[in-house]
Amino acid sequence: MKILDKPDFDQLLEEWIAEDPREVVGPVHDGTKFTFDRLGSPEALRLDYDLTMLSPKKYFFPQREKLVTYGSDNGDYEMMRDWSDESRIIVGVHPYDLVAIEQLDAIFIDAQGDEPYRKKRENSVLVGVTMQSVSEHSFAESMGTARTETGYDLLLTELEDAYAIEIGTEKGSAMLEPAPTREATFEEVAAVEAKKNEVTAEFEKEIDFAPEQLPSLLKAGYDALDVWEDYADGCLSCGTCNVVCPTCYCFNVDVTDYITDDVGGTQRRWDGCLLEDFAAVAGGENFRKERVERHRHRLMRKGNYLYERFGDIACVGCGRCTQQCVADVADPSEIYNELWRTVNA
Amino acid sequence: MPEKIDTPAQRSVHYEPERATLVRRERFTEQDSVFAFQLEERDSLGHLPGQFVQLFVPGVGEAPFSISSSPTRPGPFELCIREVGNVTRAIHDLEIGDTIGIRGPFGETCDIDRFAGNDVLFIAGGIGLAPLRSMIQYVLDNRDMFEDVAVLYGCKEPEEMLYPGEVNEWEQSDSIDFRMTVDEVPEDQSWDGNVGVITTLIPSLNLRPEQTFTIVCGPPVMFQYVQQELDEKEIPHDQLYLSLERRMHCGVGLCGHCQINDLYVCQDGPVFNYEVIKDRPEALG
Repeated sequence: MKILDKPDFDQLLEEWIAEDPREVVGPVHDGTKFTFDRLGSPEALRLDYDLTMLSPKKYFFPQREKLVTYGSDNGDYEMMRDWSDESRIIVGVHPYDLVAIEQLDAIFIDAQGDEPYRKKRENSVLVGVTMQSVSEHSFAESMGTARTETGYDLLLTELEDAYAIEIGTEKGSAMLEPAPTREATFEEVAAVEAKKNEVTAEFEKEIDFAPEQLPSLLKAGYDALDVWEDYADGCLSCGTCNVVCPTCYCFNVDVTDYITDDVGGTQRRWDGCLLEDFAAVAGGENFRKERVERHRHRLMRKGNYLYERFGDIACVGCGRCTQQCVADVADPSEIYNELWRTVNA
Repeated sequence: MPEKIDTPAQRSVHYEPERATLVRRERFTEQDSVFAFQLEERDSLGHLPGQFVQLFVPGVGEAPFSISSSPTRPGPFELCIREVGNVTRAIHDLEIGDTIGIRGPFGETCDIDRFAGNDVLFIAGGIGLAPLRSMIQYVLDNRDMFEDVAVLYGCKEPEEMLYPGEVNEWEQSDSIDFRMTVDEVPEDQSWDGNVGVITTLIPSLNLRPEQTFTIVCGPPVMFQYVQQELDEKEIPHDQLYLSLERRMHCGVGLCGHCQINDLYVCQDGPVFNYEVIKDRPEALG
């Protein structure tokens, strides 16, 4: 573990911003909310944030992303891949978001070989941060994601006048090279551990059971329609819970940049399984026509389907869906707990 | 717990379509035509019967289609396409020589070779003949590998028939038991064959359930009745396969549109063993 005094950390950040060809981004406050955005200077960085509107997922899997450009010479079409491989230095990622990115890496890169994602992810740097504030909506602690030992290149923990920095990868180590770091003392290592533990006491929400039990709970509760309907009844099918989720990754592929018949492209853009026509096919059939089916699908996918397929529980307890649901029906901890009580009644 | 599905081996997905040229087209009905495409850079698509491709029409969009020709017939591959939306309308507007984009082939299919030495029964309803035709051709081209082969084909009305030339050959053929029916015969059409829904063809079949492998494709509602009739015949569920339709956007197990509970039609299907999907409530709508 390294120690870097705060002024030196700011200096390092300045250097990254000025000299690294990659854009440096981190949590900033825009007056009303926290978002991950470009850092113009070290002062803009707000490591005391509780929850950002969107997760840093957007840097590897953007809301809209061009895939293919086509052009025609008298009706003879050329079609070329045209996605961006822009990578970034992402500073200030909370542990639950690091866990979510690890899950997306396993799916997009390891399992499915998605090149647009891999190219952006591969040369990006993830600088994590031990949580300093906890959102009232978050239940990450009970999901086991309020701290993590993996998924970062560097991990910052704020001490009195300095940052303790844990090095996760060689890439992270190289990023630190210009900085005057020193080795942490035993006291500092203990202080970091204390900081990581301190924050765990601040969560107001939790699931009432071990997260490992979620897959079997969902399987057992699939037909507990009363529970699902309790929440689906108020759902507006707007898909906000999908798009703010750090592990949701459904998308559409559309034609875009439609300038003339002869030049254009395709893009993928975030889609959501809560939207009414998500599972409709051309023949008119809709395989998840009812709101309650779509609502259940989101939570089944988080806690059971993706687990069965890839081995991870795809809810990290960040609380974004709860925070941003207009109808206040999206809180997974509330739904899972009610399901738990119903199934075990 | 549902069984663990193996994820595909490492590969690289870049979303760039391959150029292909429309080399032949034939109209079957008012809304259904077959289109044959030749890839520009490869002789053949290298598909398995039952797989699908994503077809991209520049300026319009991309949509998934089952491949209706068998890899045992070299040359251009065929897609039988019903005109129901933007992309399919644009395909119907294509002219010979036009360029489109192809991604694929994609999807898991039934291991037809598992049927070797056994009887094979195909049941197609309407446009469901399109995906099954690749498998029917495959079986006919390897006829010695299989015992009895039967094809049941049902349409709404006589003029809805797809592949009339081939249907006529199948009817004449000694090597398969081909039976067809139409739901109804409008006054302005003539028909001297069976009239009735496709399930009416099943009771009179003389099946050997322990060695009959059945592949069904048609609208979800059709499958439910077909399956009841096959249960009467005591066909084991693990010898029953279905080809399912969903609106895949990516074809590579990511976009989520084709999910049936925990399964992905684009990777675990589109051809499924009934034993695998019968407990998935979303499978048959």
